[in-house]
Amino acid sequence: MFPSGFSTSTRSLIRLRGVSLSYPLARGAIEVLRNIDLELGQRDLVCVIGPSGCGKTSLLQLMAGYIQPTVGSITVAGQPHTQPSAEVGVVFQQPNLFPWLTIAQNVEFGLKMQGMPKADRHKYTAEFLQLVGLLDAAKRLPYQLSGGMKQRVAIARALATNPKIILMDEPFASLDAITRETMQLHLKQIWRQTQKSIFFITHDVEEAMLLATRILVMYPNPGRIVKDITNPFAHELGHLSAGQLRSSKAFAEMREYLVAGIRGAYQYQ
Amino acid sequence: MGVRKEMRRRRSGWRADKGWRQFWMKPRVVSGVAVAIAFLVWLTVTSLQWVSPLFLPSPQAVGASFITTLQQGYKDQPLWLHILASMGRLAWAFLLTLGTAIPLGLLSGCIPQVQAVLDPFIEFYRPLPPLAYYTLLVIWLGIEDGSKIALLYLAGFAPLYLAAAAAVKRIPQDRLNVARSLGASSVQIFFHVIFPSCLPELFTGLRTAIGFMYTTLVAAEMVAAVSGLGWMVLDASKFLRSDVIFVGIFIMGGIAMMIDWGIRWVEGRQLPWVGKG
Repeated sequence: MFPSGFSTSTRSLIRLRGVSLSYPLARGAIEVLRNIDLELGQRDLVCVIGPSGCGKTSLLQLMAGYIQPTVGSITVAGQPHTQPSAEVGVVFQQPNLFPWLTIAQNVEFGLKMQGMPKADRHKYTAEFLQLVGLLDAAKRLPYQLSGGMKQRVAIARALATNPKIILMDEPFASLDAITRETMQLHLKQIWRQTQKSIFFITHDVEEAMLLATRILVMYPNPGRIVKDITNPFAHELGHLSAGQLRSSKAFAEMREYLVAGIRGAYQYQ
Repeated sequence: MGVRKEMRRRRSGWRADKGWRQFWMKPRVVSGVAVAIAFLVWLTVTSLQWVSPLFLPSPQAVGASFITTLQQGYKDQPLWLHILASMGRLAWAFLLTLGTAIPLGLLSGCIPQVQAVLDPFIEFYRPLPPLAYYTLLVIWLGIEDGSKIALLYLAGFAPLYLAAAAAVKRIPQDRLNVARSLGASSVQIFFHVIFPSCLPELFTGLRTAIGFMYTTLVAAEMVAAVSGLGWMVLDASKFLRSDVIFVGIFIMGGIAMMIDWGIRWVEGRQLPWVGKG
């Protein structure tokens, strides 16, 4: 019914080959991920959905370099990726801003660590604060911001170091419904403007359909990718509102298809 | 905020007399009243001569004694020199503690091997009563300031070191991961993430450490000294000058409260984000 996914890019940014992850137990081992092959190209916005425990977050931690695969290899722009670096930006469910730094200082943190001169840093910081619409809040401290604003700062901070790819772990899950919709629009705009490759974990099927160019479905026990689909609605949000999209027949069918796909996972639990 | 307060007042049928009732309920006012009552009891008990002035001097006597000590000093030394002697010892020990306990504590929190080296020593000496090893320090370093500074340093080191080491372990892993993904090196993470993350706990540890040091200081001056507030109080007790004892105690308590208040003031100014989402 829907075509199998393929990278829209000309060049792959991150590539996972035969990646498996297991943790040793007292007896035997628990297999978290089995034989993952995945390639993300430029301007991909890949959403991953799947039931809890299917290894979504483990996959993200592997790609970020926080943990190492038991088997297989991960390359970023052709180079082996063995530890976290500014090449791969990360946004968590919680904004995790540095509470003692102002919004602007949070955004420029990565640039400062890289030793960029102050004047350049300020220029970039202003640019990215502008992008997420928070230039006015530059001098404030994180605790003075709302949840949605904080998450926008976290996105700007991840963008500032100019990573090749940005990983997001359910970044809007703890926001209220209205803020979440605004943030989805925001992210889509940011993605269009910056042309970054984004790997986005969600448990919300509709969120995946509104945002993604490509949707991956994962199954648990062991965690694996069972579907890799090109999202037919990839370029609709913006022309049409989220509400208009949701009420279309095609959207409802696709949603049903994906939900059925995820439901299929429960036989493995 | 003004509007909200006004709304609350109207809803509760606010009137002037209710406003007064609210005033008397404020914690600061309650504290003030409690202290005033204690003072009045003291005044009554002494002016009616229910107890001998030898045990409990009257507030007037203590006030007069305070003024004489202020003007003439105690035992050939002006009062401010006694205070300065005590504060000088405290300040030196404080700087030494700050300079060693915080870096070592933070390193211990980061590197288990460092902690493994330091822990047995700290676990051993920490529960010892300071005055037990003070005699040793006096033998080694003499009755002058050296032994006292060393004693205060040891008293303050353990609480601050432990607070620092524990604080590192409470840093959320995601915060460290974020920093790594922004390209920060281990050394950069130590100075730019771990140290500032621990500041709230370090301030609390600092207040505990100063508390320990202060009590130890007075005790140390009482055991062996020729100047300082502790010595003044002990010396006065030999001549049954309870008015001077009271003066000394009030000054000690007042200074301790001022130091604690000062640290909290700095903390409030430097770390406005503590305890807020």
